[in-house]
Amino acid sequence: MPGTRRKREIPGTTVFDADQARKGYALNKMCYSFNSAANRAEFLRDEDAYCRKFGLNEAQRDAVRRRDVLALIAAGGNIYYLAKLAGIFGLDVQDIGAQQTGMTKDAFKAKLLAARG
Amino acid sequence: MATIVGAVTTSHVPAIGAAIARGLEDDPYWQPFFAGYPPVREWLRERRPDVAVVVYNDHGLNFFLDKMPTFAVGAAPQYPNADEGWGIPTLLPVPGDEDLSWHLVESLVEAEFDIVTCQEMLVDHAFTIPLALLWPGDRAREPWPIRAVPICVNTVLFPLPSVRRCYKLGEALGRAIAAWESDARVLLVGTGGLSHQLDGRRAGFINKAFDLLFMDKLVSDPQWITQYGILDLVELTGTQGVELLNWVIARAALPGAVRKVHAHYHIPISNTAAGLLALAADS
Repeated sequence: MPGTRRKREIPGTTVFDADQARKGYALNKMCYSFNSAANRAEFLRDEDAYCRKFGLNEAQRDAVRRRDVLALIAAGGNIYYLAKLAGIFGLDVQDIGAQQTGMTKDAFKAKLLAARG
Repeated sequence: MATIVGAVTTSHVPAIGAAIARGLEDDPYWQPFFAGYPPVREWLRERRPDVAVVVYNDHGLNFFLDKMPTFAVGAAPQYPNADEGWGIPTLLPVPGDEDLSWHLVESLVEAEFDIVTCQEMLVDHAFTIPLALLWPGDRAREPWPIRAVPICVNTVLFPLPSVRRCYKLGEALGRAIAAWESDARVLLVGTGGLSHQLDGRRAGFINKAFDLLFMDKLVSDPQWITQYGILDLVELTGTQGVELLNWVIARAALPGAVRKVHAHYHIPISNTAAGLLALAADS
């Protein structure tokens, strides 16, 4: 049964499993709608109304308002769909990487370069 | 019977599409990445594949969580690209090969892979960017010089198919292609990876040592990767590093011994360790 199985912990990592998918469906569905330019424009005209239309809960709406990626993931968001929301705000994957790790973008880029060893 | 010429596996980061559109191949940031591709293009010119079977994962263009197939096979006359929401240019539809598609659908179900069949299918950057890297040109205007059949793998919603299952799918795919009554020359393409993680406090995770070992083993001992479970791969390669399943399927489709044509590895493109491997099936 979902939610009762013991899960393997991987530090700093949320696996998009049944619990996340159930929790995040409305949020992810809204993000999926952003494939359409008309929907992106409608969101930008009135964010809260657009979130209500997709039935986001308060935690999800608050995370959208704050552009808080860790909170969006905690609320069930999957990064493949959240990336479409981030794109509306002009945030690329390095911006959201920096935000989630509490670094400046330059420090985040330096961390990536350091992986060259 | 059809001829399998080999496999090319490559990363598919969206930013590559934007860089191609802006002509940034010689830009200092991009040059070390794009420098990997000319030897592979030259090999493709020699081997002249007619059709590419492209194993990739959709990022929320054609499939959403309302219906998420574990494995889906395209059976359409063509595969349109479309707006993914972040401003990379939309490319021309890629022509399909319906004869090969339906042969694969029938063969895979016969081999007990209960795939989903798609007579309409949008293809996202994970499908188009590798083709644009291998067959460069202005693909917003100039028709593609290759036909393609998409094989889409769920790397989004857990549970994902096991590495072992993916390997077996690749083997079944290779047997099916080899048995196709056609003069066509077929290339396998596997896209995505290598190590990267976009989400969570571990965002920016890259594992160079594992990536390089994986690429080596893919040449000489491809079953090596099947010792790992999916969560092992998440831990070792990041939440999106699991896209290497697409590489595993493409590699497992090659019959017999292989010859390494070219390998390239560059850190980073966006948040990703970008890998490229070309293998000839000319045993």
